[in-house]
Amino acid sequence: MAEVLPSLDFEGWSCPVPLRDSPTVVMGHGGGGRMSAELVEHLFVPAFGNQADAGTSDCAVFELGGARLAFSTDTFVVRPLFFPGGSIGHLAVNGTVNDLAMSGAVPSHLSCGFILEEGTDLSLIGRIAQDMGAAAGAAGVAVVTGDTKVVDAGHGDQVYVNTAGVGLVPAGVDIRPQRAAVGDVVIVSGAIGVHGIAIMSVREGLEFGTQIRTDSAALHPLVAAMLAATLDLHVLRDPTRGGLATSLNEIASTAGVGVRLVEKAIPVPAEVGNACGLLGLDPMYVANEGKLVAFVSRADADAVLAAMRAHPLGAEAAIIGECVDEHAGMVVARTAFGGTRVVDTPLGEQLPRIC
Amino acid sequence: MKYLDEFNDPALAKRLIDDISATVTRPWAIMEVCGGQTHSIIRNGIDQLIPDEVEMIHGPGCPVCVTPLELIDKALAIAARPDVIFCSFGDMLRVPGSGRDLFRIKSEGGDIRVVYSPLDALKIARENPDREVVFFGIGFETTAPPNAMTVYQAARLGVPNFSMLVSHVRVPPAIEAIMQSPTCRVQAFLAAGHVCSVMGTAEYPPLVERFSVPIVVTGFEPLDILEGIRRTVHQLEDGTAFLDNAYQRAVPSQGNPAARQLLADVFEVTDRGWRGIGVIPDSGWRLSAKYRQFDAEHRFQVGDISTEESSVCRSGEVLQGFIKPHECSAFGTLCTPRNPLGATMVSSEGACAAYYLYRRLGGAPTPDGRQVVSSIG
Amino acid sequence: MCLAVPGKVLQVWDSDGTRMANVDFGGVLKDVCLEFVPDIEIGDYAIVHVGFALQRLDEKSALETLALFEQMGEMEMEFGDPWARAAKESGLDPSEVTP
Repeated sequence: MAEVLPSLDFEGWSCPVPLRDSPTVVMGHGGGGRMSAELVEHLFVPAFGNQADAGTSDCAVFELGGARLAFSTDTFVVRPLFFPGGSIGHLAVNGTVNDLAMSGAVPSHLSCGFILEEGTDLSLIGRIAQDMGAAAGAAGVAVVTGDTKVVDAGHGDQVYVNTAGVGLVPAGVDIRPQRAAVGDVVIVSGAIGVHGIAIMSVREGLEFGTQIRTDSAALHPLVAAMLAATLDLHVLRDPTRGGLATSLNEIASTAGVGVRLVEKAIPVPAEVGNACGLLGLDPMYVANEGKLVAFVSRADADAVLAAMRAHPLGAEAAIIGECVDEHAGMVVARTAFGGTRVVDTPLGEQLPRIC
Repeated sequence: MKYLDEFNDPALAKRLIDDISATVTRPWAIMEVCGGQTHSIIRNGIDQLIPDEVEMIHGPGCPVCVTPLELIDKALAIAARPDVIFCSFGDMLRVPGSGRDLFRIKSEGGDIRVVYSPLDALKIARENPDREVVFFGIGFETTAPPNAMTVYQAARLGVPNFSMLVSHVRVPPAIEAIMQSPTCRVQAFLAAGHVCSVMGTAEYPPLVERFSVPIVVTGFEPLDILEGIRRTVHQLEDGTAFLDNAYQRAVPSQGNPAARQLLADVFEVTDRGWRGIGVIPDSGWRLSAKYRQFDAEHRFQVGDISTEESSVCRSGEVLQGFIKPHECSAFGTLCTPRNPLGATMVSSEGACAAYYLYRRLGGAPTPDGRQVVSSIG
Repeated sequence: MCLAVPGKVLQVWDSDGTRMANVDFGGVLKDVCLEFVPDIEIGDYAIVHVGFALQRLDEKSALETLALFEQMGEMEMEFGDPWARAAKESGLDPSEVTP
């Protein structure tokens, strides 16, 4: 059993079990799957005073001086730093912008913090900063404050970026995972698996040639178009780490509903499917950076879908499933053959396999 | 895409399923040997589409599940060394050794890298001449030629800092061990298609003869699996037993002679322990004397390994089809995918992990252990 | 053990005395070792496992297999035994039913 820091009260944790089996941080804790969720739920949330909703959304929404503000943060440690179609700079801006957009907010101001490793080429940092500026401009947000720290060579893997952002949430908008309801229709804004495959194509040990470029994009204009069709969007989520499967499981679990998918309705580009086939990956668990999944009432589904398809970011939007009152908290898919497959939350990172 | 899409056609799948349904008159237990086949069955929901009388028993065809505990522990010991870059297929990273796995070693500072091909590990060795680079060479006969070629290249090109930790297993001795067990329930086998692409089909007729079991060489796409099951059901219903090749496009009867020639040079047959099953004589391969200097077990004196298998884990019995996962007392309680006791719960196509997912879907198991899945779509 | 996928051989070259190819997996390109399939040619399809081609895919066999599947339902209708089928569907033992 590993050392326990003297200042921590082991008995005070709400559930020590998930931590017992891994007394140190492991890669799975950052994978976006079950281990990440448990780390937040059992280590961080209790420490911060147990805010009831904390950890269920990527973004916090609260009243401040009469305005409804959305506030979110995200840290970017992607490797490699530069990949087909983009860089950590694009992700750093679009990632936080999208977290805000998923609560219906109009993102306006961003902060950024850099942790730079001593010895890193300044031109590399410059490129990243340029990419951030370009992404911010395209998204219509301003990076208004920041911070830079330098760590010793050997600590810090060249650059880590954190961004935080704020935006105002329009009146009448209440978008959060708890609102998923039985009967809701599940819509995805476009083809899945693109970003993760773009990254994997340049990862050491796995490299392959492909035309796939990251789909990193700021989604709030698409959300605005959807809100114009109806203010009553129930849930929005951008399925980043852990992919579509993870996001749907989180929503199903938070709302206490079952999600039933039709697999052949889920758009997957042929090349993504083939890359996944080569490595033994499932596209449903592969990260996306410019896609969202929406839960809307059955009555609003057609209007929302039409609004999405009319927008460049939602041209391939598709209805992929519905919420049901069976298998609450679980996601089940009907396969192309009519069989049933449970789509579980991954435990950690999805890894290529040979078997 | 060619050779894939056509074998994923749902309309053709229905015809195969209809034929199976029209043919079957009583219960049969068929074992698919290969983990990749298990994966395809679960992934596509095939086990629910075939008639209830046809029971698929998920066999020990997953190297993740059967790599001996002792070897996992040796891998962990080697990977923990600061001078080593340890390369592995992704499959092995979460397999529990006696209390730890490769992810934990990584968190403790081990340099562990996932690779797609053993040649990637050799490349890493050439790029890092001052480090020892070890590749975890596991797998069945399908993976053996790639691993053998990599060692052969290491010798030919002179890459002294490269070595391989070898744990290869062979299918025919496993089939033999399963059929010899007094509690064996298996009545027919789907042989592993890609294993036969390498080894050919010659090893199977003697097994068919000896045990009077139909063996059908089967592929991996949904139509291939259904066709393998269909042909097997026909044999069982007809009371015949012969070797049939349902994967001809990728399996000539002689297999791949060039690959086997290299295997004969680089590897030699050895007794091998199968996790949960025990030692099966002549069921594995290790590096031959000629290539011993690339054998990581020799290079790194990893003695003093005390292995400790969970006393509750019954994955061996599950692997051989003697019990169903839910018949194990630890299933779903002490042993879950989150905290697996044995490899069948770790592996995504391990029988225990598969059953766990469907168990959560609800419904009591039917007498043969099949889950009643609530009607969906 | 068994994850092997079909790919089309595009270019072939020699790398340090080893025959390699650039293989196209439906838009995904990967370098693959061809040492085990010495007779394979550009334009052929191979089954590839962990970066090695293990077999040339035989197109004729593939087409024959697919043709067999296509015929499946039709053959039953043309040549199947309607009495046996009807008996089975009503729960009787087909061997006890005389046409």
